[in-house]
Amino acid sequence: MKLSATQIAWRAAQDIADSSYVNLGIGFPEMVARFQPPGREAIFHTENGILGFGAAPAPGAEDWDLINAGKKAVTIKPGTAFFHHADSFAMVRGGHLDVAILGAYEVAETGDLANWSTGPKGVPAVGGAMDLVHGAKRVAVITDHVTKDGKPKLVKRCTLPLTGVACVTRVYSSHAVIDIVDGHFVLREKLPDLSYDDLQSLTGATLHLDGPVADLIAPEL
Amino acid sequence: MDKTFPDLASAVAGIADGMTVMIGGFGGSGAPIELIHALIDRFLATGHPKALTVVNNNAGNGHVGLAALIEAGMVAKLICSFPRSADPVVFTEAYLAGKIELELVPQGTLAERIRAGGAGIPAFYTPTSFGTDLAKGKPVEVFEGRSYVQERWLKADYALVKAHVGDTLGNLTYRMAARNFNPLMCMAAATTIVQVSQIVAPGGLDPEVIITPGIFVQGVVAVPDAAQEEALNRANAVYPEVTA
Repeated sequence: MKLSATQIAWRAAQDIADSSYVNLGIGFPEMVARFQPPGREAIFHTENGILGFGAAPAPGAEDWDLINAGKKAVTIKPGTAFFHHADSFAMVRGGHLDVAILGAYEVAETGDLANWSTGPKGVPAVGGAMDLVHGAKRVAVITDHVTKDGKPKLVKRCTLPLTGVACVTRVYSSHAVIDIVDGHFVLREKLPDLSYDDLQSLTGATLHLDGPVADLIAPEL
Repeated sequence: MDKTFPDLASAVAGIADGMTVMIGGFGGSGAPIELIHALIDRFLATGHPKALTVVNNNAGNGHVGLAALIEAGMVAKLICSFPRSADPVVFTEAYLAGKIELELVPQGTLAERIRAGGAGIPAFYTPTSFGTDLAKGKPVEVFEGRSYVQERWLKADYALVKAHVGDTLGNLTYRMAARNFNPLMCMAAATTIVQVSQIVAPGGLDPEVIITPGIFVQGVVAVPDAAQEEALNRANAVYPEVTA
């Protein structure tokens, strides 16, 4: 048993405080927006110049001047603000965002992140990933715990090209919630039916313990 | 003072071979499709301009706008952050065939380099890309215990920009997220040409809503009912249209 992608997104959403300013990376992380706990409202930032945008419009109601960083149509709602790209990245690098949530190919125990390139083949593309890892007060990663062929994605040192150095503060995986503290993975939560030893065997660097480890439980979604 | 051009062809007539041209927009939003197509029309008629260096966040989508400019063979080098899209085939094939050079720049660094170019700041330091392949060869400095990478300004001979309403002095408003890189590029080019949905007389815009002041703009041309790249792509449009 492990958490589905939807459940990982749900778990990450539980840690977003009311009134937080949040950037969600394109693709999988966008799913986090669906699981804001009742009574809390985060304000979402998108790199292309919108704060406080709303959900996707109904098909046929798209306005193509109103898209998110993934080029998908969004909507405005009371309180939406528009701005240009330099202001948008001032919000990012200037430390004004509370949380950025990104996907990962690899995360190292040092907090290094690799999520933009799988190597020299093909067309390289970076977008805003290298900017987003700097400046947000918390930089969290959501990811499967292992690759499709079972190799650890949480590693001692990244082997793929880096997006940023010592930037990730927390990892929400399919198997665990792990903080990065002083260059170490510190286990906070794990699947209840998975032993520490089994989790360690799926992880490429030592999982440190610093206090109790809670059960990682998500609802069926 | 009247910065109005009567038509698209005259608006892009000054762009010459080898120039650096900033093209506004993020994906299709704020992309000056009609100005780009007018430039392609000139190339097809005269063989110029060619060997352009283009600055844009992306590398085109489908076979219209920037993708069509690349497909026509007019672009020697692209400076961008994300050369992928729903249909990136034109850039991908040109790049993999070695027909186009790519300078990949993180998106926030790209925006700030353009802003710096327009603001007369030759270099600045950013935390972005420190310790990565994209920082190779660039000076690094430590400020307050953190490492920062030196980046240089980015300037252009021309900017092609899409705004919403403009006046004859070049003061501009934008529509929603179509603002993106456009105001920055207006500042960073020696000559900025803007397509707007409507041109009004001075006084026709509330000074409080003007995002780009006219000092950054050299030409405006009216394009009512401008096309959206996304809508063109959903209709499988190709520019120039293939005739049987």
